[in-house]
Amino acid sequence: MISTFLSALMLFQQAPKQGVDWDKEFGVEERVRDPETGEFPVDPYDQDNANAGAQPFEGERLAEAFGGREGIQRIAERTVELSEADPRIADIFVAHDMVRLKRTLGEQFCYLLNAGCDYSGRDMRTAHAGMGVKKADLNALVENLQLAMGEADVPFAAQNKLLSKLAPMSRDVIER
Amino acid sequence: MKSILPFPICLTLIAVHAPLQAEDIEWFEGDKLVLTNGVSTVEGTSGGGLATWSTIAGRELENGIGASAHVTVIELPDYGWQSHGVSIGVLNRVELSYARQNFDTRDVGTALGLGQGFTLNQDIYGAKVRLFGDIVYGDPHVPQISIGVEHKRNLDGPVALAVGAQDDEGTDYTVSATKLFLRQSLLVNATVRYTEANQLGLLGFGSAAGEGYSLEFEGSVAYQLSRRAVIGAELRTKPDNLGLGEDDWFDLFAAYAVTDNVTLTAAYVDLGSIATFEDQRGAFLSAQLAF
Repeated sequence: MISTFLSALMLFQQAPKQGVDWDKEFGVEERVRDPETGEFPVDPYDQDNANAGAQPFEGERLAEAFGGREGIQRIAERTVELSEADPRIADIFVAHDMVRLKRTLGEQFCYLLNAGCDYSGRDMRTAHAGMGVKKADLNALVENLQLAMGEADVPFAAQNKLLSKLAPMSRDVIER
Repeated sequence: MKSILPFPICLTLIAVHAPLQAEDIEWFEGDKLVLTNGVSTVEGTSGGGLATWSTIAGRELENGIGASAHVTVIELPDYGWQSHGVSIGVLNRVELSYARQNFDTRDVGTALGLGQGFTLNQDIYGAKVRLFGDIVYGDPHVPQISIGVEHKRNLDGPVALAVGAQDDEGTDYTVSATKLFLRQSLLVNATVRYTEANQLGLLGFGSAAGEGYSLEFEGSVAYQLSRRAVIGAELRTKPDNLGLGEDDWFDLFAAYAVTDNVTLTAAYVDLGSIATFEDQRGAFLSAQLAF
């Protein structure tokens, strides 16, 4: 009885049309990476060094300890790569633009270490909104950053100076 | 690692963090940064060796339960110290600790008429609660603040009373502030202890002559050489309720995290005069296993 009914129902079903662009039907816009920067476009916001979340150090010695602008950028990229591959926090980075993160994190470090960059990213609160970051995640990130700085032979005291700028940002990054 | 919580811990969880569900609890995940759980003190609390800090034992944070165990020996000219204990840290909020102290009087035992190698023993039950602040994160000017109680039971009451103590059990109360100043790579701790203990309680509490509670200070400064190595110094003031010339304590220490879970601490300690035997300076060695 039931099977007869289901068979009848199936006869009335239309076969799905072939060649339909379902993204278009549902209004899904495909994100396209900028051919020059390799980054996905973001909604506009006011760019300001104040978004970096702390005042930069003075003098040039600390930047030198990090290998200057290029060394700092490499450390930022390495930190992101280690974190993407870190099972403790990899989930947080899924669906985020890692190309952009590597650039903006490098800019933030470079700005804070007074190595001659402006920070063009968003402020810490906005950038981490909705990620559900916990203190344990920050510790994992710190460990990855320490690993990256260690690989670049940054002296430990200098490593801690960068961390001293980042640690207070926990107030804007951690969600309760 | 998940399991059913023992009843007392459940009560603690409900008291301090009601919204957290049991299935959210992590056991022994090791979320703390290396060394930020401190090392076990001679009283079983987490801290710097001699001084109690505002740290919570174990390597867990807000969503987990950690634990640690330790053994400490101190070799002095006239005495031998051995202590060991366990502690548990709940949600980086509550620390519960137990320690046993065994203080070998060696030849002094004979001199005092106690007998060669007479050993003074004491049990210490501690509880510490982190009120607010974070050692590493948050406002760089706001330290992590904890309050604690240590209930001490001297197991050789007759000896304590014979040297003039009022009681063979007592309770210390502590308030601790600890902060890692990253810019200077310095960890600084200050603790105020309200106590009536003589030589931590090994010679009893208060005096029959009427001496009782006083406020004492414990200070620590530690410099981070690397993620795994710190060197530092500690000062601990002590009362002299018995009029035996009890001195303040001082140490210079080095701690090394051999692995994320194992920390070894070596120190030069100056414990001054103990039961009229002066210049008790020697070596402090401690091993801690923490999860």
